[in-house]
Amino acid sequence: MTAASSPALSSAARPLEGGRRPTLSWVGVVPFFLYVGVFLLLPTAIIVGGSLLTPSGSLSFANFEGINKPYMFKAFASSIAISAVSAVVGAFVGALLAYAVVTGKPDGILRRTVMSGAGVLAQFGGVTLTFAFIATLGTVGFVYVFLLQHGIDIYARGVWLYDQAGLTLIYLYFQIPLMVLVFAPALDGIRPQWREATDSLGGGTWHYWRYIAGPLLFPSFLGCTLLLFANAFSAYATASALLTQGGVILPLQIQFLLTSETGSSQPGYAKALALAMIVIVLVVMTLYTLLQRRTAHWLR
Amino acid sequence: MTATGSSEGRAGVEVRLEHLTRKYATTTALDRLTLTLAPGELVALLGPSGCGKTTALRLLAGLEEADSGRVIIAGKDVTNVPANRRNIGMVFQAYSLFPHMSARQNVEFGMQLQHVGPAERRERATEVLDLVGLAAHANKFAHQLSGGQQQRVALARALAIKPKVLLLDEPLSALDAKVRARLRDEIRRVQLEVGITTLFVTHDQEEALAIADRVGVMQSGHLEQLGPPTEIYSRPATPFVAEFVGLTNRIKGEVHGGTVDVRGTRIPLVDPDVDDGPATALVRPEAVTLASNGEMEDGPLVGTVIAIAFLGAMSRVTVDLGDTIVLAQMATSAASQTPAGTKVRLTLRPDPVLIQREQPAATAP
Amino acid sequence: MNRSRRIKLQIFRITVFLVLGAFFLVPIGAMFEFSTRGNAINAPRTLEAWIQIAKTPGLTDAIVASLELAAITSILMLVLVLPTMVWVRLRLPRISRIVEFICLMPLTVPAIALVVGIKPIFIWMSNFTDSILILSFGYVILVLPYSYRSLDAGLSAIDLKTLSEAARSLGAGWGTVMWRVVVPNMPSAILNACLLSVALVLGEYTFANLMNYENLQVAIAYVGLTSAGTSIAVAVASLIFAFALLLILSFVRRPRTGFAAADPVELDLAKPLALSGAVIGRAGR
Repeated sequence: MTAASSPALSSAARPLEGGRRPTLSWVGVVPFFLYVGVFLLLPTAIIVGGSLLTPSGSLSFANFEGINKPYMFKAFASSIAISAVSAVVGAFVGALLAYAVVTGKPDGILRRTVMSGAGVLAQFGGVTLTFAFIATLGTVGFVYVFLLQHGIDIYARGVWLYDQAGLTLIYLYFQIPLMVLVFAPALDGIRPQWREATDSLGGGTWHYWRYIAGPLLFPSFLGCTLLLFANAFSAYATASALLTQGGVILPLQIQFLLTSETGSSQPGYAKALALAMIVIVLVVMTLYTLLQRRTAHWLR
Repeated sequence: MTATGSSEGRAGVEVRLEHLTRKYATTTALDRLTLTLAPGELVALLGPSGCGKTTALRLLAGLEEADSGRVIIAGKDVTNVPANRRNIGMVFQAYSLFPHMSARQNVEFGMQLQHVGPAERRERATEVLDLVGLAAHANKFAHQLSGGQQQRVALARALAIKPKVLLLDEPLSALDAKVRARLRDEIRRVQLEVGITTLFVTHDQEEALAIADRVGVMQSGHLEQLGPPTEIYSRPATPFVAEFVGLTNRIKGEVHGGTVDVRGTRIPLVDPDVDDGPATALVRPEAVTLASNGEMEDGPLVGTVIAIAFLGAMSRVTVDLGDTIVLAQMATSAASQTPAGTKVRLTLRPDPVLIQREQPAATAP
Repeated sequence: MNRSRRIKLQIFRITVFLVLGAFFLVPIGAMFEFSTRGNAINAPRTLEAWIQIAKTPGLTDAIVASLELAAITSILMLVLVLPTMVWVRLRLPRISRIVEFICLMPLTVPAIALVVGIKPIFIWMSNFTDSILILSFGYVILVLPYSYRSLDAGLSAIDLKTLSEAARSLGAGWGTVMWRVVVPNMPSAILNACLLSVALVLGEYTFANLMNYENLQVAIAYVGLTSAGTSIAVAVASLIFAFALLLILSFVRRPRTGFAAADPVELDLAKPLALSGAVIGRAGR
């Protein structure tokens, strides 16, 4: 098997040991599997086991019942609302930006700059990003003060920056670049011949978008939106740095359970929440994959 | 025929391109091109890439705007009519089928835009798909069809809207050789059946000569020669045409009073009205014959066979004359008489030839 | 395309670039502006906040700790992942899917969820050392998908099998193959993987905060409670540092002539995310 898959190697190296090769081959990957076993697979097992098993080892949903509380539902709902809104808005705006980019020169400086910038900003988040928005739109922030001096008070009905609305706005800062990165390839797959074919068949701009480009791009757009949803749903650092009151969204509930008395007395609760998050992200990413596969042979 | 029966208004309109000019930032793609297509005629524009043939087609389609000049279809000036109101059928190089629609949906799409009712749409789609021999594949998607089949669907889609003119932009260039020849004949058959005025753009001279009523050879934005395929091939108007269409031997010679002396053979000139002096004669391989009879004295047309390329019924023999190499084309049975290494004597048939002057300043024919 | 359509498109593009350019650049500019404010209204511009960085003891420790973490994580990642990937390609190609799946898995397990499962392990490890540097063990997992993608691109671009067979036939051992053959042939992929690791570690907050270690980001948040100016100055500094790293990347990946051209490297950090979907799809079958 392994010996056969690399005959040249085995004959060059140790021609007489062919029979023992399979065992030897595994030695090379032991460190890797040991490492990910301890720091990735074991933690995953701890989450799954810790949330579904009682201390005695039998299957139980007690932990899920334990977190079956109104404030948890509220956190769930907020998490989903923030992720959904930032995903949908991010997807639309990101798609516009991606379109503006791909309609330019394919190797132009603008395109390279925007794509590199998007690569950087899609990873930007956490404390630094939060501070950037506080410095911009906080109550002593540059833009807020500037607008106030010109008679526009964006906080006339309360300061919403430290609220879910603010969090959603801040999330857009990495959602839009992520959309550009994942959606630009789909736009690149749209061939100019399709537009010209539509023209020659008597169709205008509206017909082109309604019957050709729209249906072609929609599955991919939807898939990218789901990816953005998963991205926002997993985000923790930004919210943690921005929101002073705890538990507004799911990751902050986990933070609370990990650092509070309640959490240490009921360690299964945090694991149950973590498992719920993993399952949601997994489902969303699977849908994303199915949608991507659907358009794979269209937009090659 | 089914398709022609339902297409009274379609057959044959005249198309005129008048003094069309199109400049890009640094180049002139089209330089005052004038071309008239007779009703029902298939004209092939032939030329190397960048010669302006595609630009001419796109201006006719309305996909690009001319800097000056006019486009007249069926007597109507459509220069300022946008592409989607010109009613022109177009087949692109490749990948132009809408990938999320089946072959039938692709064909019906144009009719849908024209608000043709569903029943008629279906009937006409079946008709044109049948015309291109793809009725059995109507429900397949582009990725399930071969390249040749995709281009047939594209042709059916273009014809389904009963266009006044059909434009084909290198429709065969992405296909492999065998499919290309078959589909080429197929396109011609369909075009004759429908009787539609057609402009066919290609860089493949064999394709152009095989399919067209008339061939226009283009170079740097203008027509070098326009005429029936036989004329283009046997009486090229310019050295460019002679070299671009078919193979040509370039043999040095001397012009004397309307004829050219090539290595001891006098050959008449296509255009005898040129000055005497040195020139290069452009001689077709099929105008070269060769003989071998044992001992041969050396002479200007005696050389050695160095290679034979078998082309089927015909073969091409390469002869080394010492200071130059000459190609001769003949029946394979004749070529097999002179295997590589044989000493042979060439004979040049006295068909009128074109000449090219060495000095760039010399008059062009 | 006709002229009026082209003009409309240009107007659309310019508008989009201007509006979004402002959205992305103004917050960064505002941070600069904020970090150079004086204490009083109408006070002159001052670099006081920047000077305070050096004078805030916890902050400098955290900066040093984060830099050390970044270095250790990069090295650990390389030592762990690169030989494994080479080995799998040469000797165990049939488990390459499994290795890929594992390497991209961290993308579908949010860091905030992973920390729940990994914390007990770190609590156990803290019996042996109280150094913040053990966070590297967790960070290797977090950078795994990005490193994997980068190294995979580099390895795909070289004919690993022929190269290693040639080296082995000349008598080289596996260590020599790795160090003298593989590494010199994919410098930009390795640099790419390291710089991505450094950028991600410098920005990491979740693990450190929830396991009570004070790395750079945690310190910035902490200092922010008392001295907003200083913490924003540090944030700007770390941001510039990360941007510089990632911009170096975007130049490194420009293909050049010769063998370097066969070592393509991509900056797009979102790709692994997208890829993980593909892996899920495969595993789901």
